[in-house]
Order: sequence, then C-alpha cells, then structure tokens
Amino acid sequence: MSGPSDFQPQNSVLKWIERRLPIFGLVHSSFVAYPTPRNLNYWWTFGGILSFMLAIQIVTGVILAMHYTPEATMAFNSVEGIVRDVNYGWLLRYLHSNGASMFFIAVYIHMFRGLYYGSYKEPREILWILGVIIYLLMMATGFMGYVLPWGQMSFWGATVITNLFSAIPYVGESIVTLLWGGYSVGNPTLNRFFSLHYLLPFVIAGVVVLHVWALHVAGQNNPAGVEPKTEKDTVRFTPYATIKDAFGLSCFMLFYAWFVFYIPNYLGDPDNYVVANPGVTPAHIVPEWYYLPFYAILRSIPNKLFGVVAMFGAILVLAFLPWLDSAKTRSSRYRPLAKQFFWIFVVVCLGLGYLGAQPPEGIYVIAGRILTVCYFAYFLIVLPLLSRIERPRTVPNSIADDVLAKGRYVASIAVAAAVAGLLMLGGGSQAQAQEHDTPNPPSLTWSFAGPFGKFDEAQLQRGYKVYKEVCSACHSMNLLHYRNLADPGGPGFSIAQATALASEIKVQDGPNDAGDMFERPGRIADKFPAPFPNENAARAANGGAAPPDLSLMAKARGYERGFPQFIFDAFAQFQEKGPNYIHAILTGFEDKPPAGVTIPDGSYYNKYFPGHAIKMPKPLSDGQVTFDDGSPATVDQYATDVSAFLMWAAEPKLEERKRIGLQVMIFLIIFAGLLYFTKKKVWANAH
Amino acid sequence: MTTASSAGHSRRDFLFVATGAAAAVGAAATVWPLVSQMNPDATTIAAGAPIEVDISPIAEGQDIKVFWRGKPIYIMNRTKKQIEEAQKVNVSDLRDPQPDSARVKEGHDNWLVVIGICTHLGCIPIAHEGNYDGFFCPCHGSQYDSSGRIRQGPAPLNLPIPPYAFVSDTKIKIG
Repeated sequence: MSGPSDFQPQNSVLKWIERRLPIFGLVHSSFVAYPTPRNLNYWWTFGGILSFMLAIQIVTGVILAMHYTPEATMAFNSVEGIVRDVNYGWLLRYLHSNGASMFFIAVYIHMFRGLYYGSYKEPREILWILGVIIYLLMMATGFMGYVLPWGQMSFWGATVITNLFSAIPYVGESIVTLLWGGYSVGNPTLNRFFSLHYLLPFVIAGVVVLHVWALHVAGQNNPAGVEPKTEKDTVRFTPYATIKDAFGLSCFMLFYAWFVFYIPNYLGDPDNYVVANPGVTPAHIVPEWYYLPFYAILRSIPNKLFGVVAMFGAILVLAFLPWLDSAKTRSSRYRPLAKQFFWIFVVVCLGLGYLGAQPPEGIYVIAGRILTVCYFAYFLIVLPLLSRIERPRTVPNSIADDVLAKGRYVASIAVAAAVAGLLMLGGGSQAQAQEHDTPNPPSLTWSFAGPFGKFDEAQLQRGYKVYKEVCSACHSMNLLHYRNLADPGGPGFSIAQATALASEIKVQDGPNDAGDMFERPGRIADKFPAPFPNENAARAANGGAAPPDLSLMAKARGYERGFPQFIFDAFAQFQEKGPNYIHAILTGFEDKPPAGVTIPDGSYYNKYFPGHAIKMPKPLSDGQVTFDDGSPATVDQYATDVSAFLMWAAEPKLEERKRIGLQVMIFLIIFAGLLYFTKKKVWANAH
Repeated sequence: MTTASSAGHSRRDFLFVATGAAAAVGAAATVWPLVSQMNPDATTIAAGAPIEVDISPIAEGQDIKVFWRGKPIYIMNRTKKQIEEAQKVNVSDLRDPQPDSARVKEGHDNWLVVIGICTHLGCIPIAHEGNYDGFFCPCHGSQYDSSGRIRQGPAPLNLPIPPYAFVSDTKIKIG
C-alpha cells in the first residue's frame, strides 16, 4: 500500500508466488518496512486495537450466529440457550456484547486523538472522512446487534430508532414501514436486522482497508504534527510499531477482560433480560451508552424533524471538520487556544452522554440544550474562528527534534482522565427511572460476590426448596431444567437427586402411535413445570397481573446507585443489584401503608417496589418452609436463600466465568509485562 | 546498537522467546473455546438420553423405525426363515465377518435392532428389500442380509447395532 516494495524473497516457492501475486511484498511494504514516525505516543495504538476489536467481533459474531435463531418467538430463548447450554457460550456472548462497548471506547479515543492532533488536516481529509463512514457503519451495526437478543430494550430501541425516520417529511411513514416490513417492529424487522448485522461488519472491514490504504499513502500524523523529513524521523513499522501496538493492545485486553469476566452486565440494561413485549414500554428508555450524547441532542430539540436533523447533523459535521478547521498548525500542542477548547469539547461530549441517560425533565432538558449549542458551536464557530485569530506556538523543525525535547505527559494524563470519564458514562446508561421516594435496597453480603465468589450449595438447595414450595405456585422458570440442578457450579444435587426431583412432576408428551397425548413422569431433561398453561391464564388467576418468569429475574431488575457510586461499582465488581432487589421486595411488605399513601384495591404496599403498589401479596411468612439443615425458618432467611437461588438461575455459569477470568487475568498481566520489557528492549536501539 | 555483550544478547533472546511463547500459549488457549462450542450443547446431550420402546405391537415379519439421537433405528421382528438364513451363512465368507448370534440378544433371536444408516455414505436402506431378505440401500445399491450384514455393493461394514437392552420381553431400552 505504500509503493513498490524492495522485498526480495529467498525461498524459491515464495519467489514463484511473488512473481505472480506480489502479496508478500505488499505485506512487507505495508506492515514491515513501512516508515512510521518515531515520536508516536500510546494514543496511536488505538488503530491497531480497533482492528483487533473488529476481528474479535467478527469471529465471536460468526460463532454466535451458529447458535442464534433470528425469529421473534425464539430469539430471546436462543440467546439464553447460548449462554446456558453451548460450551463456552457465555464467554462468546459476553465477549461479543462487551466487545461492542470496547470497540466504541477505542473508537472514541481514536477520534479524540485525531481531533487533538489535527489528523484530519491536509493531506488526510479522505482518511478522516473514511473514518467518519466507519463510525456511522459501526453505529448502525451496533444498533442492529442490540436488537437481536429481543429483550425489552432491543424491541423499544428498535421502535424508537426506526421512528426517527418518520420525521422525514412526506415519505417518512413509508420509509418506516419499509424498514419494519410490517405495521410495527416484529419478526420481519428482526430477520432483516440479523441479516444486515451480519453483513455490515464486512462492509466495515472493507472501508477499514480503504482507511489503512489512505493512511499509508498520506503517512501517519504524529504528536508534533510535522511531516517526517529524513530517515531519522521514522522507524520501521516492524518491529517498532508492532511491538508498541502489541503492548498497548495487551493493556486494552486486560481492561476488556475485566468487563467480560467480572462485570459482564455492567454496561447493559437490566430491562434487556426481559423478553420483548410490544404492549409495555419500559419506564425509562435509554440507548446503549455509546449513543447517549447524540440521544441527548435529539431530546434537546422540541421539534421532531429538527431533533432528528440535529442528531444526524452532530455526526455528519465531523466529515466537514477538515474544512471547518483551516488552521495550518496540526497539533493542538502548539495551539494554546485550540487545546483549551478541545478539552472543553471533551467535557461537553461527556456531559451530553450523562444527560442522555437522565430522564428528559427539568434541569436536564435545559442543560441538554446548552450543551447541544456548545457542541455545534465548537465545530461551526470556535474552530473556524480559531483558525483565523489564533497565533500558534512554533512547531519543532522535525520529528527528531521533537523526540529530543521530552516530557510531555500532561496531555496524556488528561486524556486518561477523559477515558475514565467515558467509562463513567457507560455506568450512566444503567440509570433507571426511580420513584423518588423509593429507597434503594440494602446491599447484602453474598457468597458469590467478588472475583473469587462461589455459590453456597446449601443455600441454593434451600432457595430451590423455597421456590418449589412457595414461588412456583404462581411463577414459572422456563429456562431451567432439572438437569441444571446437577450442573457443576450449581446447587450441587447429584444426578440421582435431580432425577428423583424430576420424576415428581407429570409432563404431557405425545402424540403416541394412536395420535393421543399422554402424561409421563418428568425426566431430567424436562423444564421446570409452569404453574399456568399460558400468560392469559396466569393473568386471569392473579388479578390481571401475570406473575413474571423468574429464570432471569436476578439480572432483569436493578436500581440506580447514583453518581459516583456506580463508578466505584465497576472497580468493586458490584453485580448484585438483582439479588439485593429481590430480597428487598420479599422483605419489604408492610401491612399498612404509611399515612397519606393509598394503595389501589388488589394491590399491596411494598417499601421497595417502584410506586409501592405491588400486585403480589406478601408471599413468605415465618415457619412456612422447613429446612433440613436447621437454618432458621424466617422470612429473611427464605428471602436471602431464594434470592441466591435466583441469581444462580439467572447466571448459572458464574463460577466458571470467575474461575476462567482469574486465569485470563493472570495470563494477561504476565503477557503485558513481557511485552513491556520486550518493547523497551526493541526501542532501546531506536533512541 | 554497535557492541553488546553476549550476556546482553542471551538475556534479550530469552525475553523474545518468552514473549513469543506466551503469545503462542494465549493464542492456543483462545482457540479452544472457539472450537469446543461446535460440540453438541447441553440441550442436545440431554435430548440424547436413552429411550424405551414398546415392541409388543410388532408382529412377526414386521419392523418399525424409531429415532434415537437423530438416527433411525430399525426394530425388526424376524421370521423363522429370516433367522435361519442369517444363522446358516458361512461367516468367513462375509466382508465384515460376524455371526448372527453376535448381532442379536441371547434368547431374543427374532429381534434385530440395527441403526438404519448405510455404512457406505449414510443413506437409509429400505427394509425387506434386496436379494438377502434384509435391507437394500437405494443410493448406491448396497445390500444387507436379514442380520443387517453387508453382502453386496460398496458399503464396507455391517449395519451397526445401537446400545440397547431388553427391559422386559416386550420393551427395549435404546441408549
């Protein structure tokens, strides 16, 4: 990609191939001999990290597609089937779902780096625009991927985002119908989104090739923003850039692994563990964290069409950046004013991201409007103006001069702070609408919390007993099978015990040879029996509110921990909102609502239930279930045990995940250490 | 670099080798889950549990086909003639030598239970067809006798016997 190669293979087979297809020469000139500025800092490793993330997403995605069913009634359960039943399916799914977030973290760092160092300026305009195209494609791909699990957020995200197109005058409604393939989001929508979600990553890969091509024609920009002049200004791509990228990548993988193995649902929304329901919109719709700034811009404008135009405009304005900022000096290092405005702009973006996760009311709307104006002002007023009035400092004569003048870590540290800010935003997306007077559930001590957490087998067995004797009268657990009771990392029943438990139930099977359905004793492969034959029956028998399925309850409920607690949660690996909440609900019933609170007929007062009026009567009372191991027969004990049991039911591979996670973290730390010292050795020659 | 001591060389070489080795180990460990996921998942394994079949409705000379682990299993109630033919074959002349007694359960000579998948390329042979009173595969013309042994055609082996046992005289458990 960078002109004719001087690569001369020695091996006769390679020679034979090279004469007919000069592929080794191409690879050699692009990734070995290619001259790279010697003053690149670690922010330049994110290009390689992004290529790696694209590869990870394609590999894990192709594998997930082997097990996934893109059909509206089966999609949700097929994803759970992957997580529960496929070998290492949980790993592949979490790698893919968190991989999307990592991809966006990396791309935002990559873009801010380009912005700071002026990497879009002549002669790199096409390179930058190709990057904007990749970013747009990533957003489309990420959005469609989020629809595929067919949870509540998938469904309503799809509804809201496709409805953006209805803002287009005259043809909007027709376009939306076209996108849906129906009169609402449904199975045809899911099918085409799956098809496109599979296609677009390969389109991205194609544009990435163009992006790298354009990069290798123009050459890399660098922190000094001056072009390489002599050979002293550059080093060969391999080994210098390769080893530096590898070290950067290994650090990024550590960060990635932390999410995958220890807080895999931190960046997700609990509502997406509830199967899509076209009849009920979640109380608070938020997109994935990486769309939040644009979502905030959309909501800031009180006009449908202009809101949509502003949102897309906020992305498209990036493509015009090379002409909006016509300053001759590339790097913000030598632009005192531009540097300050850059950091203000970073804060504006983070602020918009935070606001995107907040409910659209009161101060949040006003703040959103102010920041939206700031966002556009940066591109349309500040940058054009600065290029005319700013007096830049003198840039170094050459890259070699820049290397000699060391000690510019301030900017890097500041950017690191910005990265931490991005991470915070991620947590912000978890924000849940809360009734302001609902207290947060108290945090209990769970045996399965933390990096070495394990389920307490006796506790899970007790919890199963509580479920079986109390909860199962109204609540199904459709994703659980009797065989799961004997799975490693679970309640620790033996196969014989699980078989005995299964044989207690009657299962309808058939048809037999005569065409009749018949009943047989349950087998270990059977699901837990559902108390009602269908949702309508469940609704009718429970005063109009169907008791929800409990399989995923411990991951489908959450609450807001607030700023800055949710940031600490990422470090403390706090993942126990679900069991805390279930325990709180089960113990939060009060016979009489406090003075001034009225509860509708057929509902009951619960301190921790949002809105306080819960349709479920107080399910547990002291002495209701007798434990064989002598544990106290109290509501608190029942609630704790059944919450732990439901946590296992929702995350049955938790122990395996944490065990493998520890091995991966130890390996990555050693590997990153080795790469660090190797990098130092290699670069020792270059200085 | 101009001059480096040999000690420096070996230390660096060790570092390079260790880093490369760690990368190789990491890559190999990564491949494992990517390949392992292709194996049958827990649902498929659970669905492959043994099945019980009531054989009382199968009259002499008839056969039924049941499925176990997605494979068709022929359960054939053989006639006297079929049993005699199967028993009197000279075993050493067979392509895959096996006496009939090794292919049925003792005391249940009339019951032949075989996996109905041709050992040539996996088609399903038709029962009660061909020259040997057994099975005939329509794909490439393999013929099996009344004991399910290969007698003619391209298939190399006899029809395999699935693991099964008689629970009672009228019920077998396959798997």
